[in-house]
Parts: sequence; structure tokens; C-alpha cells
Amino acid sequence: MSDDKSKETVHKTPQTTPRYSATFDEYTNSEIRRAAATGIYDIRGAGSKRKLPHFDDLLFLGASVSRYPLEGYREKCGTDVILGTRHAKKPIHLKTPVTIAGMSFGSLSGPAKESLGRGATAAGTSTTTGDGGMTPEERGHSTTLVYQYLPSRYGMNPDDLRKADAIELVVGQGAKPGGGGMLLGQKITKRVAKMRCLPEGIDQRSSCRHPDWTGPDDLEIKIAEIREITDWEKPIYVKIGATRPYFDVALAVKAGADVVVLDGMQGGTAATQEVFIEHVGLPILSAIRPAVKALQDLGVYRNGKDSVQLIVSGGIRNGADVAKAIALGADAVAIGTAALIALGDNDPHLEEEYKKLGTTAGAYDDWHEGKDPAGITTQDPELMKRLDPIKAGHRLANYIAVMTMEAQVVARACGKSHLHNLEPEDLVALTIEASAMAQVPLAGTSWIPGVTKF
Amino acid sequence: METLKFDLDAKPLREVNQFLHGDASTLDGKSIVIENPNGAHNIAVGLKADVHVTIKGHAGYYAAGMNQLAKVTIEGSAGSGVAENMMSGVVHVKGFASNAAAATANGGLLIIDGDAGLRTAIALKGADVVVGGSVGSFSAFMAQAGNFVILGDAGEGLGDSIYEAKIFVRGKVKSLGADCEEKTTSPEDRKILADLLAKSGHKDVNPDSFKQYGSARTLYHFHVDNAGAY
Amino acid sequence: MCGIVGLLVRNPKMRDSIGELMLPMLIGMTERGPDSAGLAMFGAPVAANERKFSLYSGVADFNWTKLGHDFEKHLSIKAKVEPKVNHAVLTTTLEPETVKIWLKEHYPQLHLLSVGQLMDIYKDVGTPAQVADRYDFKNFKGTHLVGHTRMATESAITPAHAHPFTAGEDWCLVHNGSLSNANSLRRKLQYEGIEFETDNDTEAACRFLQWRMREGDDLETALNHGFEELDGFYTLLMGTSNQLALVRDPFGCKPAIIAEHDDYVAIASEFRSLAHLPDIKNAKVFEPSPKEMYVWKL
Repeated sequence: MSDDKSKETVHKTPQTTPRYSATFDEYTNSEIRRAAATGIYDIRGAGSKRKLPHFDDLLFLGASVSRYPLEGYREKCGTDVILGTRHAKKPIHLKTPVTIAGMSFGSLSGPAKESLGRGATAAGTSTTTGDGGMTPEERGHSTTLVYQYLPSRYGMNPDDLRKADAIELVVGQGAKPGGGGMLLGQKITKRVAKMRCLPEGIDQRSSCRHPDWTGPDDLEIKIAEIREITDWEKPIYVKIGATRPYFDVALAVKAGADVVVLDGMQGGTAATQEVFIEHVGLPILSAIRPAVKALQDLGVYRNGKDSVQLIVSGGIRNGADVAKAIALGADAVAIGTAALIALGDNDPHLEEEYKKLGTTAGAYDDWHEGKDPAGITTQDPELMKRLDPIKAGHRLANYIAVMTMEAQVVARACGKSHLHNLEPEDLVALTIEASAMAQVPLAGTSWIPGVTKF
Repeated sequence: METLKFDLDAKPLREVNQFLHGDASTLDGKSIVIENPNGAHNIAVGLKADVHVTIKGHAGYYAAGMNQLAKVTIEGSAGSGVAENMMSGVVHVKGFASNAAAATANGGLLIIDGDAGLRTAIALKGADVVVGGSVGSFSAFMAQAGNFVILGDAGEGLGDSIYEAKIFVRGKVKSLGADCEEKTTSPEDRKILADLLAKSGHKDVNPDSFKQYGSARTLYHFHVDNAGAY
Repeated sequence: MCGIVGLLVRNPKMRDSIGELMLPMLIGMTERGPDSAGLAMFGAPVAANERKFSLYSGVADFNWTKLGHDFEKHLSIKAKVEPKVNHAVLTTTLEPETVKIWLKEHYPQLHLLSVGQLMDIYKDVGTPAQVADRYDFKNFKGTHLVGHTRMATESAITPAHAHPFTAGEDWCLVHNGSLSNANSLRRKLQYEGIEFETDNDTEAACRFLQWRMREGDDLETALNHGFEELDGFYTLLMGTSNQLALVRDPFGCKPAIIAEHDDYVAIASEFRSLAHLPDIKNAKVFEPSPKEMYVWKL
């Protein structure tokens, strides 16, 4: 016995450290197992979770000897924005360029929609309805409400069209450019079903194309129809998922859009196939400059009354992102995922509940199941009670205020008296990819891949 | 009844539509005639009063779009999306209709005397549609609610992904779409059909000469065995 | 995305006013196609041993006279050159292949828009009204025509990208819609020895049909192959020496409307373009079914 043991100690073979494959990593293997067990694709909410070139790869060049900064407080840095000057009798005036993106009643609970309305109103900005229609609470709580016009036309009606402050014609969204809406049976409650004219409890299959128009030539006629119905009062936005931004923005403008909303793949969804979210679309960083160029080439970029404004969304998280998006040429931004987190989505204080769902705070994305412990992406009456719309609205207003102030801090440091005076030349990039995508030089050099020489 | 005439060769459509959106008190019970439509788009869209509008000729896209309460008669053909998203009232096309007639319509009645194009009654949400002639392919695609009566034939993929709308066809159906099957007609269904035939100028057509189609309801929940249908 | 128009005049007495009849049709399609416009006109044929060549220079002050002189000097054959601003029709008995080679060598800056005995093609950037005015479409005379107004989707707005495209003598095509596999088609056809001028998806459809017809298909067979191989949305209108042909893809999303009258057959993307044709009230107006070929012969 002791002989064997001593043999073991002397001749024990060293082993390599266990190593996961970068290709067949933990997540990939778990997904293969899940697919093998169920025979159906994985469905989840939120936007792309992969690491992508993003605003963090850009830095601002603050004041120096050649440029002078502005004093905080005393020296003004404007943040207001006007949207929809091109055709509408009543353009939209906002105090901050941060707006709330479209999210449906159905994917979100009633209290969640109310919270968004309260917070946005306090912050002087707009909210947007989603796939499913406008609720009276939403119209009541939001001073400025953008009404989405989607392929499904769930809940669409002319009375709500007239009640809206702007209409957003949705061609696509960043999480799933080319995809339609999805809401599973767990969330098709009696109220949701009635609004959407569907049987209760079924899995909603939505079309990916509009039913009565295809292509920008017909889109032009459709936009004209909506303008006629609303007597030319309201701005008409066209929302696109980022794929071919130069062409899509140009066509939206030719079709008559007053505002273009450009959503990158980091943009969230209530539910769609994981494969769609992660493998179709563009990171928002790569889509902004081409979109702006399309507006410039058509002479509608910041050109007086006949201007088309650009709203950018998909992974906007803080004032730096807001400032960078504007510096690259956007007029405003929209937040979705960030707004939900501000309300309390994925909060660590609910960690015990997340564990019961097989996930953890910060990673929870099975919103389609309707079991959200925060009461936000659910239709369960007991869970919904957990969200206090007044407190949550207050949190959202705080968050928007912070983002706006952060953007002002950055803008003042660059010597700008208005956020809109930020420009691409105020930025440099930390990586070659970000430099090429945002078309700003690699820090410390004058090199933009594809644009300039070394 | 007072009749008001508008000539689209002389007056911009925007002014005509704006007038038609006026106070119900100025419009209720009035008769409006629109001359020289010449295929213009968006004629009489967004009406919301009990007014009678006659379009003397062919209309372009979205004629009577989002109609509420009004009775709109088109004495000619209609382009894509006639009566799209209609909420109530009656729209009557005496000629033929192009694609997507009554798309996503929630209520009211669309009568087409001639043929209708592809995707007729697509995503129907509760309105009634009666087509005197035949309809093109993919009609009643994702139709959620409402009654769709076709006196002629239907093209390919009728009622693909249909929810709870009911389809009645007197002629031949080239092919049925995913999850659409033939149904037996109940006495209630027969009455719905007979009423619609009477309302649409076909009161002498026998309801028993129609076959009924509707959802097989096998796609109501995602299931791996249905993967082929997606 | 675009607007298409087609007109075939059956009544011989009306052929002298084909230009006047067509002009409001083309201008009616301006919203669908504000970027550029084009027209293929089939008129009086040249002599049996002659061909005419539509040439585009792109500049207003091109020296067409010098072109004519150089041609006759180098090739020892007569050439008639009839200019119109930045466009000219060259007529000669010299066989087309030799003409093409000579043009490429000596005048590479010119675009050859068409070859044929009856067909002239005009296309340029500008609104339909501007293009029509530039080339005096109003006064054209002929038997039939195919016209197009363009809203560029993914390729550039240049004259070369405007429609109609031609795939052979007295043969042209216009397209409303968007093909999703144009790049793959182009690469496949390039391997088959077919040459391309642009990356425009319509040219891919046109060259596909050109290839099929080169392989011996008649037009109908070629179009049936097209249903298999062309992916996307399309309404195609074609003109040949004696006919117009129209086909729509199986989805039937892109619009088309036809008016058949004893005096004429007219085709457009929207009824608006047909509304002012003479006696349109008595024409048979209908929409073509998808996946079916419609042919009207003179």
C-alpha cells in the first residue's frame, strides 16, 4: 500500500489546466443542449449582448490651448431640440435630446408604461407607443406621445392617430431588421388580446412587412395618407433597423419622412429569436455617419425648415453616448433598455427571484415569459403591483437629467454652447474598427481607415 | 339632402379632405360628389362623420382609408388598400379593387362589385368584406376577425395563418394557406352570410352555394412539429 | 423603386402623336421616380441593311459633327449623326460589332444605349419633365414605347443606371421593384461571358434574359426561368420590334395597371398615368395577375 502511494507522489503526471474552447464556449454548448431538448429556436428579449464596437471606443478632445471651454452654469449649453420642421403644422419641441423609444403595452405592464410617461413628462421629453396600440393611461401621462404605425396594425385607429403628437412609421428595428412583432401567450391577457383583436393566450405571430405597401415608392403614398388623415399637423417619423443606412435614410427622405429613427443592433426587443438579435443588423456606431451623409447629400441636413432630423438608438446608456451620437451627427437619441433599467429592471435587490428563474440580476432577458420580478415586462397582476409608477417615474426623470447634464459637461469642455455644435472632429477612436466605423481618426494619428492614408 | 361638388382638377385634394374632416354638424347627412378623381391617391381618407361621398371615377391608393361612419361609393376602380383600417361605415367599389383591399380593417363593410387583387382582407380585424368577383392570392392572410365573402374564385394561399376570421367562397379555391381548413357552416354562420349578401346587393344569391373556411388553430402555440409551417 | 409606362398605338392615325400621349403618362410617374427618366421609342425602321445606334455623351457641348467625320474617315462608310443635346442617333450600314469596337477605341467616353432598326433609347438624370424637355419627347412619332422614372434604391443615380436597359437589337426592359440576389446573378452571368455596365439590379434581370435568349429560349421560356432564378419583387415591362410584354413576380407587390382600347394599349404603375388618355372611359382597365405573361403585338 505505502509503496503504491509513494509511487503516486513521485510519478504523478502533471495535467494541463482545464480549458474551455473559445468556439464551443459555455454559452454555445448550453444553447446546443437546449435546442436538442426542445426542437425550437431560443426566444428572448433585449438587444445584442455581444461585445461590439461602440461609443466607448471613442473619446472627446477637450479644450486645450487652441480651443476654449465654457464655464458650467453661467455659460449656457443648450440641450433643446425641435423635431419635424419639414411638413408638420405642429413640430415637436423637446427640452432634452433624450427620448423614450417605442415599447408596447403588452410587452410592458401598464404601470411600466405609466412610469415612462411620468418620467418623460417631468424631463420634458417624449415617449413612444409600441406594437399593440395606444392606451388611455399612456396618452394621459405623457405630454408628448409618439404613436407607432407598425406592420401588424394592432390597435391602430384614426382617433388615436389624431391624439398623437407625432406618428412613427416603423419599417424595422435594430434587434430584428426584417422581422415582425412577437408576443407569446403568457402575455396575451384579456386586455392585451382585446386591444390586438386576438384570442386570449395564443402566441402572436406578426407579419414582417406592412400589409398595404412595399417599397419606398409606395411608402411615399402611405406617408401622404397619414398626413392627409391628420390634416398635416403632426411630424411623421420613419424608423429603420440599421442595415443599409445610407440607402434607407435616402429613401425615407424621398418618401417624405420628417424625422428618421435609426436603431442599431444593440436596440432591445420584447421578444424575438436569439439568432436574429445577434446575427442580423449593424452596431449603431457604424450606421450613424452613412445616415448623416444621406441627409447631407439630399440637402436636408440641418438646412432650415426643410430639414429631416435624425434620432439614433441602440445601446445609449449615459451622457457620453448621447454626446457622441450627437457629435457624429444625430439630432436626438432614444433609450429603451436603459429606461427600463432606470425603472428597476434587472435590479440586484431581486437577485433571489432571478435565481429562481435560473438567471441572475443583469442577465435576465426571458421577458417573453412574463415572469419579471420587477413587474415591468410582465402582465401578471401580482408582479405588476411591485412597480410604483410615481417612484419609478421619478427615477427615470433623474436618470434623463443626469444624461443631459453629462452631455453638457462634455460639450462645454469642447467649447460648445449647444449640444448640436458637437461635431465628428471633436472625437478620436481607440481602435481601428471604431475609427473606420465612426470615420474619426485613430487617437494620436490622422489615420481613418478607408478614408485617409497613414 | 344637400349635395356638394368638388372637382379634383380644380381643387387640391388636401383642401377637399380637410373639408371632409370638418365638424360633424356641417357634414352629417350631406351628400358629397368628387369629380375627376383620375386615380388620385388618398381620396376621402380619415372621414369621421355620417356623410355620403361619391367618387365619380377611378380612385388611387388608400381611398376611404381609416373610414369611420361615412358611406363612400367609388364609381370606378380603386387602387391598393381601399378602406384600409376602416373602423365603421360602408365603402362600395363598383369596379375592381387592387391589392390589400380592407387591409387591417376593424369594422364596417367593404363591398367590391368586381374582382379584388392579392392580399384582399389581409390582417382583417373585424370588418366585413364582400367581393362580387374573384380575389387574388394570399387573401385573408393572418385575418384575425370579421367575415369575408367571395362570390367568385380565390387564388393561392387563401387564409394563410388565419386567426378567427370567417371566409365564405362560392367559386373555386386554388389552394388554402397554412392552418386554413374547410369548416361546417352553423346556422349562425349561415345567417351572417345571408345578411351580408343582402346588404351588398346579392340578396338572391343562395347562401348554401358557399363553402366556409377558417383556422385549424394548430399554429396558435409554437410547437416544433409545426416548424415546416413557419 | 420606380414608375413604368408602356404605350402601343394600334390606330395608325394616332401614331404621330404618340409623344403627346406619352408625356403626361411619364410625368404622372414623377413622385415614384424623381431621380432620372428614360424612354425607348420604336419608330420608323431604317433600311434593312442599316442599323441605328443611340449614343449618350453626358455633356451638353459634345462635338457630334467630329464624331461623324471621324467615323467616315476611319471606316470608309457613311454615317448619319442626328444629335439632340447630349444624345445622338448614328445610322450606318456597317455591322454593329465593328461599330461597337470602333466606338470603344475612339470614343470610350460615349455610352452606347441601344442598337436596332426601330428602337431609340434616351435616358438621363433629372426629373421626368426635365428629361422629356431635353429630348423633346412630346414630338416623337412611332408605334410603341417603354418608359421609366427612377427612384434609386441601392445603386447610384447616374445616366447609366437609368432604365431602359437593352439586351439585344430592338429589345429593352424596364423594372419596378428590387431584386435581392442581383449580385449573385451578375457574377454567374459574368462567368457565362455576359458583360455588365453597372451594378444595378435591373441590369442583372435584363442580362439574365439576354443570356437565356442567347441559349435559345424564346421570351416566354426565358421569363419562366426567371421565376425560378430571380429573387425579389418585380414588375418587368419589355419592348421588342413589334410587341410589348409584361410580367409580375409571384408576390405581386409592385403595382401595374393596364388599359386596353381599340386605339391603344397603355400600361403604367398607377392609374393616374392613364387617366388622361383619350376615351379612357371606354378602355378595358384591369390589373395583370402575378406570374403570368401578357403580350401585345402590333
